[in-house]
Amino acid sequence: MNLLHFINAFFGDGAHWHGYNGIPTRVGEHVGYTLQALAIAALIALPVGLVTGHYGRGGNVLAMIAVAGRALPTFGLLVLMTLLVGFGMVNVMTPLVVLAVPPILVTTYEAMRSVDPSPVDAARGMGMSEAGVLFQVELPAALPLILGGLRSGAIQIVSTATIAAYVSLGGLGRYIVDGLYQRDYEKVVGGATLVAGLALVTLAVFWALGRFAVSRGVRQRA
Amino acid sequence: MFGVLIRIDSVTKRYPDGTVAVDRLSLEIPDRSITVLVGPSGCGKTTTLRMINRMVEPTEGTILLDGQDILQQPVNTLRRSMGYVIQNAGLFQHRTILDNIATVPRLLGWGKDRARGRARELMERVGLDAALAKRYPYQLSGGQQQRVGVARALAADPPVLLMDEPFSAVDPVVRKGLQDELLRIQAELGKTIVFVTHDIDEAVKLGTMVAVLRTGGRLAQYAPPAELLSAPADAFVEDFLGADRGIRRLSFFPATGLALLTTPIVAVDATAEQIAARATGEAPYLLVTDLDGRPLGWSEPHELTAGSIDPGRLLSHGRPFVPGTDSLRAALDCAVLSPTGWAVAVGADGRATGVVSQQTIAEAIRGAHAAVPTDAPAPHSLAKGGPADAKVAG
Ligand SMILES: Nc1ncnc2c1ncn2[C@@H]1O[C@H](COP(=O)(O)OP(=O)(O)O)[C@@H](O)[C@H]1O
Ligand SMILES: [Mg+2]
Repeated sequence: MNLLHFINAFFGDGAHWHGYNGIPTRVGEHVGYTLQALAIAALIALPVGLVTGHYGRGGNVLAMIAVAGRALPTFGLLVLMTLLVGFGMVNVMTPLVVLAVPPILVTTYEAMRSVDPSPVDAARGMGMSEAGVLFQVELPAALPLILGGLRSGAIQIVSTATIAAYVSLGGLGRYIVDGLYQRDYEKVVGGATLVAGLALVTLAVFWALGRFAVSRGVRQRA
Repeated sequence: MFGVLIRIDSVTKRYPDGTVAVDRLSLEIPDRSITVLVGPSGCGKTTTLRMINRMVEPTEGTILLDGQDILQQPVNTLRRSMGYVIQNAGLFQHRTILDNIATVPRLLGWGKDRARGRARELMERVGLDAALAKRYPYQLSGGQQQRVGVARALAADPPVLLMDEPFSAVDPVVRKGLQDELLRIQAELGKTIVFVTHDIDEAVKLGTMVAVLRTGGRLAQYAPPAELLSAPADAFVEDFLGADRGIRRLSFFPATGLALLTTPIVAVDATAEQIAARATGEAPYLLVTDLDGRPLGWSEPHELTAGSIDPGRLLSHGRPFVPGTDSLRAALDCAVLSPTGWAVAVGADGRATGVVSQQTIAEAIRGAHAAVPTDAPAPHSLAKGGPADAKVAG
């Protein structure tokens, strides 16, 4: 009951809907951080995962990088970066990217490895180039799993991007950090609810992406 | 009969782990015919096939295509000039049937419409319903998928087709249909086909030439199928051919020369005089036909009452054979399966043209064997490009 009361109070307060600390602004900032971190993580992890998966080499190295990446404490990294480079965007992006790279990298590698070898063999036998095999045969077949990896990365970033508030940046973390400091639990619960909502929206976006980007012939089999 | 298109010259393949998959193999693969590589699992058939399109590089030896070393042209140019069909078809699940078939033309730089138009032609050529064009592979049966695989390999009209156990994963009835279709396509298009199988019956049915490989990747015998059956090179080949090679060999002798009897045949409306005139004792039974002359069944003459012959009470005549197209094997099979021991010959229109006893067929078999020395190829098989039986169904 208490929780619902807080949620009602937070979203019912008209003051929360505009201004630099309003919900639209904070959601916009949060989505911005998320997209930026996801784009950087994908730019690093997708090519490496696709190429290593295609050639079937380096799986062990990837697994080690992934374990190391997961072991790095996100918050610790944030503090470390702040000590090193001061306040700024870089020290928020670094831990978020480090968080998202392992699931994208490992899933992409595994997705490429799990592609049925016979169409790949047929494609080579027909005289398709290696790039052709990768992009026209393996990638379309591996796409559902690869999107799954991107989705895990995205969800992790969405829920962790609240750390930006610790280094005086915006995003939904502002409500949580400020709320805790001010003992304004209405704000804390409201912020947390918005983060959960964004995570659900992320799931929906990836579902739609799957419908749009994955061929019917592959989707039906999965 | 034709020139040599592919010359495999003393080729050895040793894999990095030391396995010798192919050992100093030499083969001359004739143009416009089906050459079958057959042998037990692991004897190096796939390795040999894949060396022809450079999916595997030989350790030693050379392979010439049309007189030219295959190493001399870019590998993908070589592969695009050779259709490639594998066991599970290897279709691209994310592409429609039409776009699967259009793959190589697209690789060769054809426009989308032209490639798809070509793909439609091929669907018809391999016996696929045009309605399947927009479907995806998962919506097709195994046999249909394999047809798509063949169509895809033929799409850019390559002179050579490499096929690795393409029909092994489908059930026997579908397999027979696919084999007949392949023989038909080969007759129509005159491709040079190299066909890998572990099934000796398939090899004998499809092959113009059959190369039997033994474990360790050595050639045991290279001969037309009739010669293989009549004169296996050694105990290994003989064993591999199986117990009934004598019977199977009869597939290569036409049933044309059989002396048919025409007297012991009466129509279902025959009069008592006609029945008496036909029951000459040449055969212990009379064959009863319908009014059009199609066989209904056998009966002893004294059991037939003019005017009231009951077709339901006749002895079955089994499956008749067609002397012009069937082999002695088919004729013998008809006689063996018939309860009277007599085979019925029919014309292409299904009308009875005569009857023949097991004894007469046996004499014909002895005559055929005598005419062909056992250590020389049966001339009939080479000229036809395959067993007489195989030609009928297509
Ligand atoms: N890539 C490879 N590495 C090592 N050995 C292989 C490889 N491919 C095939 N072999 C071995 O080579 C032999 C011949 O294989 P293969 O050509 O596939 O035979 P087949 O097609 O007649 O069954 C087998 O002993 C097989 O285990
Ligand atoms: Mg094989």
